[in-house]
Amino acid sequence: QVITGGHYDVDCRLEDPDGNVLYKEMKKQYDSFTFTASRNGTYKFCFSNEFSTFTHKTVYFDFQVGEDPPLFPSENRVTALTQMESACVSIHEALKSVIDYQTHFRLREAQGRSRAEDLNTRVAYWSIGEAIILLVVSIGQVFLLKSFFSDKRTTTTCVGS
Amino acid sequence: SPEGGQGSPWGGDPGGSRGIQPRSEPSSAGNYRTQLWDKQSESFLPSTPGLGMHVEVKDPDGKVILSRQYGSEGRFTFTSHTPGEHQICLHSNSTRMALFAGGKLRVHLDIQVGEHTNNYPEIAAKDKLTELQLRARQLLDQVEQIQKEQNYQRYREERFRMTSESTNQRVLWWSIAQTIILILTGIWQMRHLKSFFEAKKLV
Repeated sequence: QVITGGHYDVDCRLEDPDGNVLYKEMKKQYDSFTFTASRNGTYKFCFSNEFSTFTHKTVYFDFQVGEDPPLFPSENRVTALTQMESACVSIHEALKSVIDYQTHFRLREAQGRSRAEDLNTRVAYWSIGEAIILLVVSIGQVFLLKSFFSDKRTTTTCVGS
Repeated sequence: SPEGGQGSPWGGDPGGSRGIQPRSEPSSAGNYRTQLWDKQSESFLPSTPGLGMHVEVKDPDGKVILSRQYGSEGRFTFTSHTPGEHQICLHSNSTRMALFAGGKLRVHLDIQVGEHTNNYPEIAAKDKLTELQLRARQLLDQVEQIQKEQNYQRYREERFRMTSESTNQRVLWWSIAQTIILILTGIWQMRHLKSFFEAKKLV
C-alpha cells in the first residue's frame, strides 16, 4: 500500500527464482497477492516509481510466510490439544486478525495525514501568492491609471468640452 | 501479522533508508547479514569479513537514537520513546572493498518490532512455564501490542484535533486579514487617485 507521494500509486512485480513473473501490476495504490511457492530459492519483488517525475513514494508491504513457528520446537506431543489449548489457539488467530486490522487503520491514518499535509502546503503557497498578486495588481492599477492622465506630449485632452 | 514476517513501511529514498512505525516504548531489533558480489564467480560470496556497516536510527523527531558501527553481520536493538515513523539507515563504510560500478551488495535484513522480539521456546525454558501458561503469555503479549496500538491511535487523534483547531484559527485570521487588506487597498487607491486628479485639476 502506498502511504505518501503523488497519486499514491506504484508499479510492482514479483518473480520466482527462475525469473517467471508471478505478479505484475502498474500504477496500483493497494493490492494483496497470495501464492504457493512451487520451489525453493530467492523470490524477487520490485517496486518501481520510474513513471513519476519528482515525487518520492513511501510504500508499506507485509509478508506472511507459511505457518507460525510452533511454540514448542521439541514437538513430542502425541495427545490432542485440550479444550483450553484450542481455545487459546482460536483466540490467538482472532487477535492476529485484530492486529492486522489495526495495521490497515494505521496505514490509512498515515496516508490521510500525508494528504492533509500536502494540501496544507499547497493552500499556504496559494494564499501567499494570492496576497502578493492582490497588492501588485492594486498598486499597478493606480499607476497605470495615472499614466493615462499624465502624458509627456502636449496633447489636448477633451474632457467635458 | 504472525511471527513469520513483520511488515513495515519502507521509504523509497536513495541511500538505503527505511521507515518503521513502532508504538510507544517497545524495543525493536534488527538482524542483518551482508554478501558481496564476486565478479569472478558471478555469485554472491557466502560471507564478507571485513565489510563493516554503519547503522543509524532516527526517531520521528529526527533525533538520532542509535549510531553504531557493526561488522558484516550484526544485530542491533533500540528502544523508541516517541510513537511514529522511525528511519533506519544502513550504509557501508568500507573503502577497501569499494563498491565500484558493477559492484553489488546483498543485504539480508530482518526487523522485529515489539512483541515479535520474543522467542517463546526460550521464555518457556527460562521461566519454566507449562504449555498453557506459555499460550496465555503469548495472548497477553498480543493484547498488550493491541493496547499499545490503540494508545498510539488515541495520541494521533489528539494531535489531529489540535491541528484542526489551529488550522481553523489560522483560516479565520487569514480571512479577516485579507478582507482588511482589501478594504485598506481600496481606500488607498481612492484617496491617491482623488488627490492625483485634484492636482491635475480634473475634478
